[in-house]
Amino acid sequence: MSSIVSLKRVAKRYQRGKQTVEVLHSLDLEIEAGDFVALMGPSGSGKTTLLNLIGGLDRPSEGEVSVGGQRIDRLSGSALARFRARHIGFVFQFYNLMPMLSAQANVELPLLLTSLSAGKRHQHALTALQIVGLAERAKHKPAELSGGQAQRVAIARALVADPTLLVCDEPTGDLDRKTADEILGLLQLLNREHGKTIIMVTHDPKAAEYAKHILHMDKGTLAPQAVA
Amino acid sequence: MKYLPLLWASLWRKKLRTLFTALSIIIAFLLFGMLQGVNNAFNRTIELSNVNRLIVISKIALTESLPFSYTQQIESLPGVARVCYQSWFGSYYQDPKNFVFAFPVDPERMFEVYSEFKLPPEQLEAFKHTRSGAVVGADLAREYGWKIGDRVPLHSTIWTRKADGQSDWSFDIVGIYTVPSDRSQENQFFFQHEYFDEARAFARGTVGWFAVLIKDPNQAAAIGAAIDKLFANSQNETKAQTEKEFQMGFLKQIGDIQFIVTRILIAVFVALLFATGSTMTQSVRERIPELAVLKTLGFSDTRVLLLVLAEAVLLCLLSAAAGLALATALFPKLKNMLQVVELPAEVVFAGLGMALLLALAIGLPPAWRAMRLNIVDALAGR
Repeated sequence: MSSIVSLKRVAKRYQRGKQTVEVLHSLDLEIEAGDFVALMGPSGSGKTTLLNLIGGLDRPSEGEVSVGGQRIDRLSGSALARFRARHIGFVFQFYNLMPMLSAQANVELPLLLTSLSAGKRHQHALTALQIVGLAERAKHKPAELSGGQAQRVAIARALVADPTLLVCDEPTGDLDRKTADEILGLLQLLNREHGKTIIMVTHDPKAAEYAKHILHMDKGTLAPQAVA
Repeated sequence: MKYLPLLWASLWRKKLRTLFTALSIIIAFLLFGMLQGVNNAFNRTIELSNVNRLIVISKIALTESLPFSYTQQIESLPGVARVCYQSWFGSYYQDPKNFVFAFPVDPERMFEVYSEFKLPPEQLEAFKHTRSGAVVGADLAREYGWKIGDRVPLHSTIWTRKADGQSDWSFDIVGIYTVPSDRSQENQFFFQHEYFDEARAFARGTVGWFAVLIKDPNQAAAIGAAIDKLFANSQNETKAQTEKEFQMGFLKQIGDIQFIVTRILIAVFVALLFATGSTMTQSVRERIPELAVLKTLGFSDTRVLLLVLAEAVLLCLLSAAAGLALATALFPKLKNMLQVVELPAEVVFAGLGMALLLALAIGLPPAWRAMRLNIVDALAGR
């Protein structure tokens, strides 16, 4: 299989006051298409920073980042926005849904950046909600949904534009065990049945068990470890 | 258009706050419409002044009467085509709030000097030959449901009748005039000076002012000077001026309307700018994580800037349109004071232009901030 994500000698440094802090040190990583990778490690190990670089939310201080065969570390701000719209679906720990919009309108948001008609956008959003098993809640606002339901809507939003990659930052961090298992089962289904490549940051070893591979990070470096 | 539901939902995220902000804009633009409308009406009065007419008043004050005998003397001057005279009757119909702009006139002279006032010939004939006859503007007739043949009582706040000492006067409507070039003039009430002069208890043989039709507008200054010279050192010295100068002077007596209106509106809009500006800034600040999510989904920096700006434009334009619509509905109520019929369209367009400027002023700073938002920092709550 070919690599869908490729990082070469990537370093990321932040300026904190007068001090320069290196969060990632000359990191190399290859993730194949169709993989489901869990990224684990202690707080401050650089997991989210790595996820931000892969998702095109941030740029490396050094090195190359390629996603879907495209170098994204040199893209302009607007080109990077177009890249995110086309290739990346994000799922956050706290769902990050728009509170004033219905579930369906939230899912439709990424489609506003496409040339689809209003009818097609509604149809696609409804399909995405059906995939996550929440079609009957389409008209409900986030405040009227449980945590698990809100996260399903967030996953539907991440899926709706058919991205190359799903990037999940602690997607079950705010959920109880049972709901977390349901969400992880859904991600596993999307990976197995729909062929979605998923990279998931988690602290939870049980959540990581749903992935095909687990990568451990510590102090800005990676140590790969295969899962059965 | 596809962003409209998103904009609308964002706008009403905090309903009460948006409602109060919208109300403050509505009230500001209602005020703008009314004040600017008044200003516009005054300016229009000056603009529509006839260049062929001079107004001759007492040198002492507008309220001082002049001898009726001046009519012939002025008319005998070279360059003068015709002279008519009027007096301020100061009256109302049935209720003091129903103020009526009524003037005793010479029928023939009046409609010659004010040729833009159109009265059918048979009605003019009836006016000339009916001592208690009156002609009224079409708008005034419409307002009170008057028609030819009606007997109308007016109560004067100045003039009493010699016969009974009463201030109630009765007139028979014999004509209805129109002014196609300026509908706002169709709210006046003219009646026979001769009837008035004979019946009034005091000041007989006098008139309020003269309107002088001249043959050549280029000679206005010279003819005006000749009129004043004619009555110099008499008991009743005159002040002749063009109709435009007269209107400007008259309005100046009320005050410098433009100056007052401008200062009031500046104060209102500066207050509005601070109030709505801080609300808009606060609203965007509260939504920083949401704006960061939009960027995460692929909305570019420019698109986020335009979304925030469009929200301000939507709020300001809709609220201003509501305020101006309210002003348009209420403005005709000022008819009795201003002789204006409706809020001029240019005031509405100027208001909408102001609303757009206001939207840019209050929307641009938070929109700029939203555009420069760093996604990673915003999502991390930094």
